Amino acid sequence: MKLLEEKIFKALMLISAFVIIAVIGYILFTIVSKGIGSLTWDMISKGPGGGFYLGKEGGVLNAIVGSFYLVIGAVVIALFLSIPVTMYINFYLTKTSFFAKTVRFSFDILFGIPSIVYGAFGFAVMIYFGLKASLFGGIVVVGMLITPIIMRSLDEVARFIPRDLIEAPLSLGATKYEMIKILLRQLMPGITTAVLLAIGRGIGDAATVLFTAGYTDNIPTSLSHPTATLPLAIFFQLGSPIEEVQNRAYASALILTIIILILSLSARYFSRKLSKNKV
Amino acid sequence: MKTDNLEQVETISENSIIDIMTHSDIINPHIRVEGLNLNIGENHILKDVNLSIPSKKITCIIGPSGCGKTTLLRSFNRMHDDSPNVKITGKIFVDDENIYDEKAQVISIRKKMGLLAQRPCPLPMSILDNITYGPRIHGAWNRRKLYATAKHYLTEVGLWDEVKERLRSSPGHLSIGQQQRLCLARGLAVEPEIILGDEATSALDPISTKKIEELFVTLKKDYTIVLVTHTLRQAKRIADYIAFMYMGKLIEFGTTDQIFNHPQKQLTKDYISGYFS
Repeated sequence: MKLLEEKIFKALMLISAFVIIAVIGYILFTIVSKGIGSLTWDMISKGPGGGFYLGKEGGVLNAIVGSFYLVIGAVVIALFLSIPVTMYINFYLTKTSFFAKTVRFSFDILFGIPSIVYGAFGFAVMIYFGLKASLFGGIVVVGMLITPIIMRSLDEVARFIPRDLIEAPLSLGATKYEMIKILLRQLMPGITTAVLLAIGRGIGDAATVLFTAGYTDNIPTSLSHPTATLPLAIFFQLGSPIEEVQNRAYASALILTIIILILSLSARYFSRKLSKNKV
Repeated sequence: MKTDNLEQVETISENSIIDIMTHSDIINPHIRVEGLNLNIGENHILKDVNLSIPSKKITCIIGPSGCGKTTLLRSFNRMHDDSPNVKITGKIFVDDENIYDEKAQVISIRKKMGLLAQRPCPLPMSILDNITYGPRIHGAWNRRKLYATAKHYLTEVGLWDEVKERLRSSPGHLSIGQQQRLCLARGLAVEPEIILGDEATSALDPISTKKIEELFVTLKKDYTIVLVTHTLRQAKRIADYIAFMYMGKLIEFGTTDQIFNHPQKQLTKDYISGYFS
């Protein structure tokens, strides 16, 4: 009886593992098989030409560049918010502090809010102030989306800072600010990983940018211009009845997947490399 | 060692075998603890501790696990400041300044004391930067002077010849014993008057332990050294004075000879003879 239990459970675990691998494999297979034919050099080196959406020449460079602009701005905002918050609740407040618990709870809620809600909220605020869809609006809303992601992963690594490392600078007469500068060195791998993961999340999100960043065929030259993004490029092309354009949607999806893949791999590489100097 | 310096002043507890001796007539005490009580939440950790730590001697605090010896040591440089629910009453005088006074500056207090933790904890920076970290946060900036400082203190702990080739590399590659000496040098570079050691050799191999112990003995001509130790033999080897603690109370204080050979209290006798540990 006990052995049977063991066997069933083992089989279940194996099946779940295979299901996950199969799903990933199938997704990748679909994107690659449908998109690879349309993935030309033009796709990544040119913006959309006239008649691009009817199957004529051009590419999605506008969306690639737009996505990067957007996510870089968003990361800057998110870091400016999440690093001080994490340092404060971990190293200035005590573990039992009510305020620290409230902050963590708020970030947990923000973490769970679907991105379309951020998009709708951002849209509502922008309408209230009479703003049009713009790169700036997109940056702020994507920043809101990824701040809780960065903050929560930073919080996890900050909690595991050894007590000795906190006390070593303090016992030498350092102020807390000087201590935190030391801790940030130790946290560097964690910060890098958090940022790269957040980029992966932010660059692939369509719902936040749908109303806030808009869409355009041009590469934005100012924060107040609207900007194209890869998820929306996929969305619009996939909605076309022309097969050629649909295949380009898969090619764009392939580009996005490759970008995210590179980011996650470099996240792992950098976190390992930066850990070498840790103590 | 003169034992007649030490005078048993009074016994406080009326109904138990646990009695407290105070030695107010230690000549030139560097640290003077008066009526120290420390609570963490509901737990009464330190109970009315009175103690004088003599200047430029090695004082070992011994006692079984959980007797409060580390807590006492950490209260000397106010390391409990950031711990939640810690309540401290009483006074600790360092150079006749009450460090728990409202006006006391925690940074200048900590600058006076180097703390050596149980496990070495190098900062995430190069060996050279580790040593000069203390002077740098206290305002030194001249690179040549900083280098000289680093060389001086690394030599003092006998590490210079071992690391002079790789001052710019990470201390992570040093052995744990070398790391502990690095941490000692880092503490000395702040120019403290007192060295606090919290079981500073318990993570080390016998050879590194011996090196650190020898260092303490050499350093006591310039520094007051207070060590918490678990090993009685270590206390016997290097201590000038010994404070024995049990259940948060200071049971007995005296010279090493007095504590090991003529303990006054039954508890001390039992602990020294290995009756309990």
